[in-house]
Amino acid sequence: MATKPERFITDGIRIDGRRPEEIRPIRIEVGVLDRADGSCYIEHGLNKILAAVYGPREVHPRHMQRPTTAIVRFRYNMASFSVEERKRPGPDRRSTEVSKVSREALEPVIFRENFPKASIDVFVEVLQADAGTRTVGINAASVALADAGIPMRGLVSACAVGKVDGELVLDPMKEEDNYGEADMPLAMTQKGEITLLQMDGNLTAEELERAIEMAQKGCRTIYELQRDALIERYKKEIEKEENNKEEEEEEEENK
Amino acid sequence: MNNDTMSQLKKDHIYNLMLENKRADGRKFEEYREIEIKTDIIDKAEGSASVKLGNTYLTAGIKIQPGEPFPDTPDEGVIITNIELPPMASPNFEAGPPREDAIELARVIDRGIRESKAIDLKQLCITPGEKVWIIFIDIHVLNDRGNIMDAATLATTAALLKTKIPTQRYQLNTDENENDKRLPIRNLPIATTAITLENTIILDPTDEEEEVAGAKLTIITNTNNTISAIQKSGREPLTTTQIKEITRLAREQSQKLREKLLEV
Repeated sequence: MATKPERFITDGIRIDGRRPEEIRPIRIEVGVLDRADGSCYIEHGLNKILAAVYGPREVHPRHMQRPTTAIVRFRYNMASFSVEERKRPGPDRRSTEVSKVSREALEPVIFRENFPKASIDVFVEVLQADAGTRTVGINAASVALADAGIPMRGLVSACAVGKVDGELVLDPMKEEDNYGEADMPLAMTQKGEITLLQMDGNLTAEELERAIEMAQKGCRTIYELQRDALIERYKKEIEKEENNKEEEEEEEENK
Repeated sequence: MNNDTMSQLKKDHIYNLMLENKRADGRKFEEYREIEIKTDIIDKAEGSASVKLGNTYLTAGIKIQPGEPFPDTPDEGVIITNIELPPMASPNFEAGPPREDAIELARVIDRGIRESKAIDLKQLCITPGEKVWIIFIDIHVLNDRGNIMDAATLATTAALLKTKIPTQRYQLNTDENENDKRLPIRNLPIATTAITLENTIILDPTDEEEEVAGAKLTIITNTNNTISAIQKSGREPLTTTQIKEITRLAREQSQKLREKLLEV
């Protein structure tokens, strides 16, 4: 297990070389799973996280059906090999809570009323964890929902703010999260409305205000990456279709 | 009766009242219900308290036993928090293993105690790496009329203040005549919960208000009036302005609640 570093910030640079308001490198891939209706893979720093969406589909068990809207189910799961000390497989109290708040982070943007009696199922698998898995899971799930063609008011983006050496830092990594003084994950809509907010640690009211602003800035950066990844994915799709058309036309001409 | 229909009717009623600046029970939006705290109600427990917040009624009991520390904190005591939402407390509760709302409640209360460093865990070490005191916090909700979070945090903090470490029972006292010592408490975390309904913020919601709420925000403050934990829940988003306003109200309100707690 990593030990606590003596200093987290030296000359305005964090232990992994980032500035306080810098997020880790992010790579987003859309449509990576073929069985799911929508999917997304994100590498965020050392986090490797997959999200898949099934639905809208029939609800099982039936008694969970809601006559006026679709239900959204969210399952956050950590692979046993995703962390240093093997995690016992299966749901635990932490993953139950994370699943609940993640679901509530996404529900505000989904047009649930369009699909009465149906379910929209979101599955997030953490393959490798390095602080901030719930926020990365939400980012991936949001893109996977769009990829599945679920009607949405917009994307949801999530990002955390930590506090180390008495200073706020955006997107804390493992050491900063483990030994830091606070951790505050936040998710928001494109309009900036907050759909997830949690905090543990110690913040003054003034620090909380600044932390929210900082996290929102981070979310905006992530939103751009999510959007680009979706455009990239569907650009390919459109190009493929156009190429097919051209080929067909050529064939016709040749005849 | 269909739940959706019921809650729509209730929502309309509560919403219409809200437009007239009223609540169903006549309280102001930021007003708490009557609070009654009783401690030392269970003799067999190392510490206990019951809280009545309006008609919400619950009991917190603390048991302490020696056990093994976590490998990453070999010289610190352990806190384990659990909350029971038994079917006797509300028609909405069912028997069986804890569901996500109970898990969320317990984890947020636990975070408040842990992050405010309410208990000096270093003083709970018996033999480093081998034996430490394990503190089991168990909350039993007996009647749910809303805002379990705040009532349960109050009960827990009150019970912890009165908790004694059972050194004699486990023959871990250094000297035969030594009495059981009080648990080392350094901070008093207090939870303040608000719900939003459209643009209105309501503190200490009743069960009916909770049912129609858009979002819920719990702020746990500590004795220095800084913030130890935050949890948002519910299907609707919050604006930054709403969060700021709730934080302000929470910091104000929690001082009053803390005074109530110290009277006990």
